[in-house]
Amino acid sequence: MSSLISVIPSILMIVAPILIAAIGGMICERSGVVNIALEGLMGIGGCTAAAAHYFMEAAGFGGSSVWLALLFGSLVGLLFSVIHAVAAIDLRADQTISGTGLNLLADGVTIFASQILFNADRTKEFKMGMLTDKLGIYPTAYIALVVVLIAWFVLYKLPFGMHLRACGEHPSAADSVGINVRKIRYSAVLTSGFLAGLAGGCCILTQSIQYTAGTINGRGFIALAAVSFGRWTPLGVTGAAFLFGASQALTVVANNFSFLRQFPSEIFNIIPYFVTLVALVIFSGKNYSPAANGKAYEKGAS
Amino acid sequence: MKLKKNDNSSLLESLLSNNSFVSILVVVLGFLVGTILVALVGKNPANMYKAVLQALTGYNIDKGKFYVRYIGETLNYMVPFVLCGFSMAFAARSGLFNIGGEGQYIVGLTVAQVLALYFPQIPILHPIVCILGAVIVGAVWGGIVGLLKAKFEVSEVVSTIMLNYIALYLSRIICLAIPGSNTYKTPNFPKTALLTNNFFIKITNSSLLNNGIFIMIACVIIYWYIMEKTTLGFSLRATGFNKDAAKMSGINVVKSITVSMAVSGIFAALAGAIVALGSFKYGRVISSMDNYGFNGIAVALVGNNTALGTLFAGYLFGLLKNAQPLMQGLGIPKEITFIIQGLIVVFIALRAGLQLYLQFIQKKRLQKEVLSKNE
Repeated sequence: MSSLISVIPSILMIVAPILIAAIGGMICERSGVVNIALEGLMGIGGCTAAAAHYFMEAAGFGGSSVWLALLFGSLVGLLFSVIHAVAAIDLRADQTISGTGLNLLADGVTIFASQILFNADRTKEFKMGMLTDKLGIYPTAYIALVVVLIAWFVLYKLPFGMHLRACGEHPSAADSVGINVRKIRYSAVLTSGFLAGLAGGCCILTQSIQYTAGTINGRGFIALAAVSFGRWTPLGVTGAAFLFGASQALTVVANNFSFLRQFPSEIFNIIPYFVTLVALVIFSGKNYSPAANGKAYEKGAS
Repeated sequence: MKLKKNDNSSLLESLLSNNSFVSILVVVLGFLVGTILVALVGKNPANMYKAVLQALTGYNIDKGKFYVRYIGETLNYMVPFVLCGFSMAFAARSGLFNIGGEGQYIVGLTVAQVLALYFPQIPILHPIVCILGAVIVGAVWGGIVGLLKAKFEVSEVVSTIMLNYIALYLSRIICLAIPGSNTYKTPNFPKTALLTNNFFIKITNSSLLNNGIFIMIACVIIYWYIMEKTTLGFSLRATGFNKDAAKMSGINVVKSITVSMAVSGIFAALAGAIVALGSFKYGRVISSMDNYGFNGIAVALVGNNTALGTLFAGYLFGLLKNAQPLMQGLGIPKEITFIIQGLIVVFIALRAGLQLYLQFIQKKRLQKEVLSKNE
């Protein structure tokens, strides 16, 4: 039992970045724009945070370095999401294509930057990442909690949130009552860029000592799946992110139990993906997705 | 009132409405921005083009020598790109976005590796069985996605991403279970399973070019034939244009979507099998994606989902991949090729803006004509 409790901090460590990115993706899709670039944006945020932290640590910034690094990662994530926003909102481009483009671009940009800055295909190792509190929990878990609460409050308690959801369900109706669809969708896409960048930074500063091409390793795609698995609500997305985190942590826990140790560890890696697939089939009858999700809005057209 | 055909539409306009021209434009723009980026970070862009030239023609400017092997390697690299491009393109023709090329590639690779190690070593028959096995499993792997989409309305974007990772870990479980495997490779394949072509080895100074390229050429012809000449291709395309209209005109949409994804799966699985048996002498226990499947998306987009377009786009991507180590040797970070590929796809997304622009200038002209008539 004690070994089960001791695994909670590592579950939280794994869940936090996925949850933060997924909440961003959820906000984006609720406004009617699909953002499959979460993966790439996490990479960009992570790479920026890792590089910024390395330089600031060396320059003697001390304890504030990790926080500034997180901020830089988030801002650069936001900056790159502008590409997706312009393509999806103003140019009415296919959102999956522009997202794929960003993902491919991120693969190149992050390692290219590392080659220029550090002469290697990865960022230089920083000495110390984030520190845990007395309970052994990283601050990223609390950041994730705050993000979820703010997202819930804004989406369901503020007029802005209602407007945002209206843009995702029926943009022309929203437009007809004077809501600026373009502005709302822009803020949603940029928020998802910011949060994905933050998530990338959180991932690097707790789970690694440097950014490499394999650091993010599908976490952004997991976040994307968590959005549909969690049926586009903050609570659902949180649950989905925890399911993924817990089953990833299972690989760690499994080593402590002899009956679990006999399975290849990859079995536990497969579980979250398989469960998502099954869940999508089971919940398929009703359509929970925002009605205008992924569709460009053309003012004045029917 | 019947609108007259615009005979005063400019040359620029007709060029911009031509898909092939726009694809070329997009590629040129990608290279242009890449070149500027290389210059901005203080490297010499000329070195990038030297590497591309050597990967294209085998000619090394600095040494003034021909290395014929590079021509062969580029041709070998293009094979998986073209096939994964078809995987994306075939699904796209029926309105599906197949991000699952990667997973379908991995199942093909895995099945081919297992059959290479375990099927009796009968010359000629051995690789054929390996490839057929990959084809069957690839069809199933892709077909599942189509079935889920058509029957349960599960988004193919999410389901294919899930299946990519399931394929990756499944492949590891299977390959690690083979006796004699270590964490990154299985025992060597028997010679009978390989796609080696001695003639190619001789004329390209032992490049990895192999019989896989014949499979690719056959696929180009088959793809073109299915899409342009058969009723299957027609019903797939009709489903892509308008699902409801297709249904009304008696096309079985569920079957159409499932078949389409199954064929997509076959193309990607073929790529996996050819890479496994053509470029390696042992089975790989893969720990990450090879990314051919993801790049196949870009290849199909550049190639406008046509047979010939995808062939050329695949060649371009193979060329860039082959140029990578050469660039690195000349002091250019090889990731510039990924950036160029990413930029190309971003520009393709932005080309939706081009349509808006064309509509805008057409509208303007019409307004002008109407106004001038009123005067």
